[in-house]
Order: sequence, then structure tokens, then C-alpha cells
Amino acid sequence: MNKFKGFVYKEFLHLIRDYRTMIILIGMPVIQVILFGFAIRNELNSVNIGILDRSKDEMTQKLTSKILSSDYFILKEYLADESQIDAAFKKGLVKEVIVFESGFAEKLQKEGRAEVQIITDASEPNMANLALSYTTGIILDFSQSLSAGKDRSFIITPEIKMLYNEELKSVFMFVPGIMATILMLISAMMTSITITREKEFGTMEVLLASPLKPYQIILGKVAPYLLLSLVNLTLILWISMTVFGMPVRGSMILLIAECALFITTALSLGILISTVAGSMQVAMMISLVGLMMPTVLLSGFIFPIENMPWPLQWISHILPAKWFVIIIKNIMLKGTGFSYVYKETLVLISMTVFLLGLSIKKFKTRL
Amino acid sequence: MRTIFFIVRKEFRQVFRNRSMLPMIFVMPIIQLLILANATTFEIKNVNFGVLDLDRSPLSTRLASKFEASPHFTRTDYPLSQKDAEEGILKDRSKLTIVIPKNFERDLIKENKAQVQFLINAIDGGAAGIIAAYSQSIVRDFNIDEGMNLINVITPVQSSTVKVSYLHWYNPELDYITFMVPGILVLLVTFIGMFLSSMSVVKEKEIGTIEQINVTPIKKYEFIIGKLTPFFIIALFELTFGLFIAKLIFDIPFNGSLTLIFFFAAVYLVAVLSVGLVISTFADTQQQAMFISWFILVIFLLMSGLFTPIQSMPMWAQRITWFNPIAYFIDAMRMVLLKGSGFSDISKHFLIMTIYSTVVTAYAVFRYKKVN
Repeated sequence: MNKFKGFVYKEFLHLIRDYRTMIILIGMPVIQVILFGFAIRNELNSVNIGILDRSKDEMTQKLTSKILSSDYFILKEYLADESQIDAAFKKGLVKEVIVFESGFAEKLQKEGRAEVQIITDASEPNMANLALSYTTGIILDFSQSLSAGKDRSFIITPEIKMLYNEELKSVFMFVPGIMATILMLISAMMTSITITREKEFGTMEVLLASPLKPYQIILGKVAPYLLLSLVNLTLILWISMTVFGMPVRGSMILLIAECALFITTALSLGILISTVAGSMQVAMMISLVGLMMPTVLLSGFIFPIENMPWPLQWISHILPAKWFVIIIKNIMLKGTGFSYVYKETLVLISMTVFLLGLSIKKFKTRL
Repeated sequence: MRTIFFIVRKEFRQVFRNRSMLPMIFVMPIIQLLILANATTFEIKNVNFGVLDLDRSPLSTRLASKFEASPHFTRTDYPLSQKDAEEGILKDRSKLTIVIPKNFERDLIKENKAQVQFLINAIDGGAAGIIAAYSQSIVRDFNIDEGMNLINVITPVQSSTVKVSYLHWYNPELDYITFMVPGILVLLVTFIGMFLSSMSVVKEKEIGTIEQINVTPIKKYEFIIGKLTPFFIIALFELTFGLFIAKLIFDIPFNGSLTLIFFFAAVYLVAVLSVGLVISTFADTQQQAMFISWFILVIFLLMSGLFTPIQSMPMWAQRITWFNPIAYFIDAMRMVLLKGSGFSDISKHFLIMTIYSTVVTAYAVFRYKKVN
């Protein structure tokens, strides 16, 4: 047991001495959570618009000021004619142009209808779509307020209830994903690199010839990264709870247990990679291309999986991160108990058993 | 000049001798473009929804079928009670559940107004906002259509309505891939440029050959130019290859001038390669160099406007993006390719990029010392 302690101590020293990597491993999740919490947003917020007002009467001014009084739009410039629209878009000055037809107020009064045209710069499709629907909403509200009292209008008011995330904070969506990527990065990637490093430097033979049992070697290798993962996990949870008010609506114990399960999955994946890869470079490439990229892109934490073509959806099923993200969202945000996530948990457990079995089979005690 | 030529030749040989490099240059861009273009979509279509119709009147059925007819929604849940409706969202059977209350039709006809409840799973806040906007616009249309029918029958009164029509320029079908691919091309060029340049000097350090170069009469600038030129050429090749795939597979419009794109790319690459060089003067091992460049790239990328628009960020974050070279190139790329912007439209981008390149290159030359 004493030998084992010494070995673990040596491994910790390895990790701590490379302080640059340590800073990145601890700093990365913190910066990511803060960026995602404060900066990465997808909602509409101060879009620059242009207005081409062909009639410049009381009505168009009223409607313009109504549009601008919402926080969504900022008037960047008044356009004089149609030909300026293209130039304004090409310079990137405005994202949307609102065109009032000539004689707007007059038509509205005499004919009972007047027309507004909205032209969007759809080279940014999401933005264009959002801006359009917000503007349309404001204009139709205006239109309804005009007819109010005049006729028997017919109004269904939608009462919208945002469940689990009333303020639509984007950080709620991203925290589970960041947890998954960071645990993947540290547990799988770092573990695989540290084991292959011994192989590459030739010190693996020394270790194997020592009285330590193979499982002790692996355990000792894995221990520092296990601890680092836990530190990171606590850090991410702490920041997202205190700074961003992210709730843990379900049971904390269940959350920790599921995290522990995912860490085990990631560690066994790392061990498996190290048995396959011959050099650090290869281990790094496999982890980066085969693990990190799919985890970030296909686990559904930034981009919704439902909208991807079926081959990508299929790949996402074999990623442990996808199941983990579902579990975490359920526990933290929806506050569901184990009965709602037992299927996903079973998937993770069977993946772990499979990966561990495979790596035991592949692990060679001779070189 | 001759010295530089020899260093360039040596670097090229080293790159191509490395077996794992060739797939990195030729296969990775295709895979990245194919996967990224398809995976990085915020497009909201086929939202699963359910309807809890407590009224079961002709009008409530019409409202439900109005949602069914929308291309954005697919009906997947048929809850029977309020509890069942909430359970449906909890179990991810639906993202949106519409609850039409009892006496919906009666209230509408008698009092001209009624309420409908929309329950939305808001964990993905961005998507929830869009789903809410879609639902509201469907309800608005329904108000106008059905309201007209009803009102005209009862009392034909003259009303004043503002009619809204719209046009989406440059990308009328709101195709997300068209939007993403120009940005991904930038990513492609940046990845290869930054990784290659950040590894190159460290590798010499790690193997120890840097000492040999240091004792030769090669000048500092000759060494740096010689080191970076091959990566510059490879990255530009990568861009050409990527543009080719973008046109061939994704049919991305090339509305602007390609010369302008390459010209901008050249200035941009000088900056990226120099950043890589600066990293490699800080790192001791290739692993460290890789981690540091990966760290910087992730932050640059998240704040580049590639995935989420920069205008949506808070002001302090927008100020940080002023120092992000990727943001300028992505913006320029989209403007030129999709909108056909010319040189005068992106002259500001050009100016900033030129200053950026000059400063970073100067710093890289300053950081690199021949004596350890």
C-alpha cells in the first residue's frame, strides 16, 4: 500500500509541476461559464435599423417612435430612397429597413388600410427572422390599437409561460454542456495523454516491472485527474449557482452520483484510448477529433440535435455526453427524480462497463 | 533572400514528410465543413408540440389545426389534462403545449376576447424565444382571419389596418447553411494556421535543433519569414480548397470578388501566424503549445459572431471582440460572399486587420530571441 501511495504522490507532482497546463485546465471552465453566462446570447437586442419613410406624416412618426421605444431596435439612419437600402446593407450599417408607402396616414384613413414593408438582411437568417417577427408584432399591436373602439375586434391573448427558465437565461442551457466537455477533456484526454507519455518515454516498462499491480498503476495514474475533475465540477456548479442563480431543483445527491458515473465513463474512455494509441500525438489527435469535437457539437448543448441530419443524430447516440447532458438538465432544471432519468443512467452504466471491459482486454502487461 | 528560400524549402519538406499532416490538410477541411455546416444550426423547425383542447369547439379545433399547418410545428402530444400536459413537457414529448380553456369559443363570441395558455420548455432560452414569437404570430394571423369572418357577418364596420409585407434579402429562404459556411471557412484557415505555427518553433525547441539554428548566421527576420511562409501558403491553399467545396457541395453564392477575399485572407493570416508564433515562444513543449492555442481559439471563436451575433452581447463583451481577428474576417467573409460588399464597404475591417498584423508580428519578432 505504501508503494501505491508513493506512486500516486509522484503522479500528483507530475500534474502540479506543469503549471501552464494546470492554469488552462482550471481557468478554461471558469472562463467558459462566465462567457456563456454573460456574453453568448442568441436573443434580439439593439438591432440597427433604417427607415425609409415616403410619407413622413403623423401616423408614420407615431409608428416609428413606437417601434423605437421598444428596446430591440436602434434607428441608425433615415434613408431617402430605395437605392440606398442595398448600400446600407452592404456596409453592414443596418440589419433591417422599414419602408412606409407614400400617403400612409391618408390611405389609412380613407381606404382603411396602409402598407408597411420590412426588408431584412437575411445573410444572418436567425437575426432576420427574429427582427421581422418582433417588428411585425409591434406594427400589428399598433394597428389593433387604432381600430380599438371602432369595431368589434376579436382578440385571443396568448399567455406565455416559460417553464424551468423564466428569464430565458442562456447559461441554464450551457452549464450542463460545459460540465460534460470539461469532464471529458480532463478525464478522458488528460488520462490518455499521461498514460501514453509513459509509453513514449519508455518508463512504462519500468512501472510494469515494479511490484505494483497493473490495476494499481492505472488507478494511480487516474487519481490526480479524478481529483482535478471534482475540483472543476465544484467550481462550475458554484459559479453557476452563485453568479447566475442556476437552481438545483432535484436532489443534490443524485446529481453528484450521476457526475461520478460520468467521470467513470470518461476515465474508462481515456484508458481505452491510451491502450490503442502509441504516442502522445496520436492520443491527443484521437481525443481532440474523436472526443472533444463531437462532444461540443453533437451533445446538444449548443446546437439542438433534433434539427440535424440523421447521420449526425445517429452519432450523437453513442456519445456519453449526450446522455449526461439530458440527465443534468432533468435534475438541475426540471427537478425530476431518478425515475425520469433511469434509462439514460442505464445507458451510461452499460457504456462504462463495455469500455472498461474492452480496455482490460486490450491492456498489455508486456510491451 | 536565398537563406529564406532554403528555410522555406526545409519547412515544406518537414511538413510533407510527416505522414499525419497530409490527411490533416486534405481530409480535415472536408470533414469539418460537412459536419460543422450541418451540426451548427440554430434553425428552429419541426418543433414538437401538443394541444390540450378543453373546449372542443370548431374554433378551438381551427386554432389547433392552424398550428399543425405551420411548417415550424409538428404535433406529437395529445394530453388529456393539465397535469398530463405538463408531464408531456417534463418527459420531452413536446417543447410547446397549447392549453385552450373551456368556454373558449363562447367567450370569444360573447366578449370578443379569450386567453390561451402556451407552456414552453425554456431550458434553451434562445429557442424558447423563437417558439414564442412563432406562436404569437400564428395567433395574430388567426385573430385577423377569424376575426374578419366573424365581424363581417355581424357588423360590417370599416376598420383601419396596417398591412405588413416582408422581403428577406440575400438569403430569401433563410438557409442556415449559407450563413454558416463562410464562417466555417475562416475557422478552417485559422485552425491550420495557428496550430502549425504554434507547434513549429516549439518542436525545434523540444528536439533541440533550435540551438543549431541559433548559432548559424541566419537573421531573426529571415528565420521567422522562412518559418511562416510555408504555413501561409498551406493556409491559403486550404482556403481555396474550402471555397471550392463550399461552391460545389453547398452551393454558397459568391456575390463579391474572390480577389478581395484572398487579399483580406493574406493580411489576416499574417496576424494569425504571428499569434501562433508568440504562443510558441511561451510554450516549452508541443503539448503546452497545443493547449494554449486551443484555449485562445475557443475564446476567440465563441466571441467571433460565428455562432451567436455580436450585437446580442453586452457592451463590455462587444468591446472585447474589437480585439478579435476572427470576428473581422468572419464578418468580412459573410459581407463579401453573401452580400457582395466591395472594398469600400470593408475598408474599416481592412485597416484594423493591417494594424493588428503589424503589431502582433512586431511583438513576435521581439519575443523571439536567438540567445536563450
